[in-house]
Amino acid sequence: MTANQIMFILFASMIIVFSVLTVTSHKILRAAVYLLFVLVSTSGLYFMLNYQFLAAIQLTLYAGGIVVLIIFSILLTSHISQKFESLGWKKNIFSAIASIAGAILSIVTILDYKFSATAEAAKEVDMRLIGKSLLSVEYDGYILPFEVISVLLLAAMIGAIVVAKKAGPAKTKSPTYNQ
Amino acid sequence: MNTGIPLQYFLILATVMFFAGVYGFLTRRNLITILMSVELILNSVNINFLAFNRYLYPHKLEGMFFSLFVIAVAASEAAVAIAIIINIYRRFTTINVEDVNEMKF
Repeated sequence: MTANQIMFILFASMIIVFSVLTVTSHKILRAAVYLLFVLVSTSGLYFMLNYQFLAAIQLTLYAGGIVVLIIFSILLTSHISQKFESLGWKKNIFSAIASIAGAILSIVTILDYKFSATAEAAKEVDMRLIGKSLLSVEYDGYILPFEVISVLLLAAMIGAIVVAKKAGPAKTKSPTYNQ
Repeated sequence: MNTGIPLQYFLILATVMFFAGVYGFLTRRNLITILMSVELILNSVNINFLAFNRYLYPHKLEGMFFSLFVIAVAASEAAVAIAIIINIYRRFTTINVEDVNEMKF
């Protein structure tokens, strides 16, 4: 067994165990920390696939940004010691059957399909190439999605501020809330 | 590079992660945990994109840029969702999806 395989088994088992724990844990803060472990192991997988830039993005943006945001909102909206009440075994069983059946179907399809790789030489992914592709208008340039995503990020930022800020005194009582 | 690990292992790993997210999406009743399940689903799709890109089309960069944009969309989605959740909590003092049903009317 090579070091690559050992690392893959380590990351894969961490991802599987912690993603199952994320969706089954009864304490919400623990679920968020398990999600953090899943995201960090995923960035390890990206390092194994030689996408260092994306692994760094995953670490800073997902593990550093989104999980912290989620933990903040958990602390704002629920008590730490609060436990979820169980949903009833019927719904749990049916959801488990649905997801396990879907997983088995997908895995059977994956194992059945013959993937064929191209014979072309691999391209080295360095920062210069990424930056040039993002801002290029040539055939394999990504200037349009880059601009669209920047507008989307700006809109999301403004929207989040507008939605989350306290409404003015005239707006605090909505008609639905009064009924 | 990548010696000894078939592409299928990455895909099976992403499948398990995806359906864990689907299970959480179906069973959870707290808005934040539903958001966490969505993050799991998006993340598993990213693994798929990168594995396909590296194993099948290593001379191109489509998968990498697609997952870059997926990450950006996930970040903005999480920001807006958490703003909405905090607003809901302010109005209803709960974020349980079964208690928040007044938007229907």
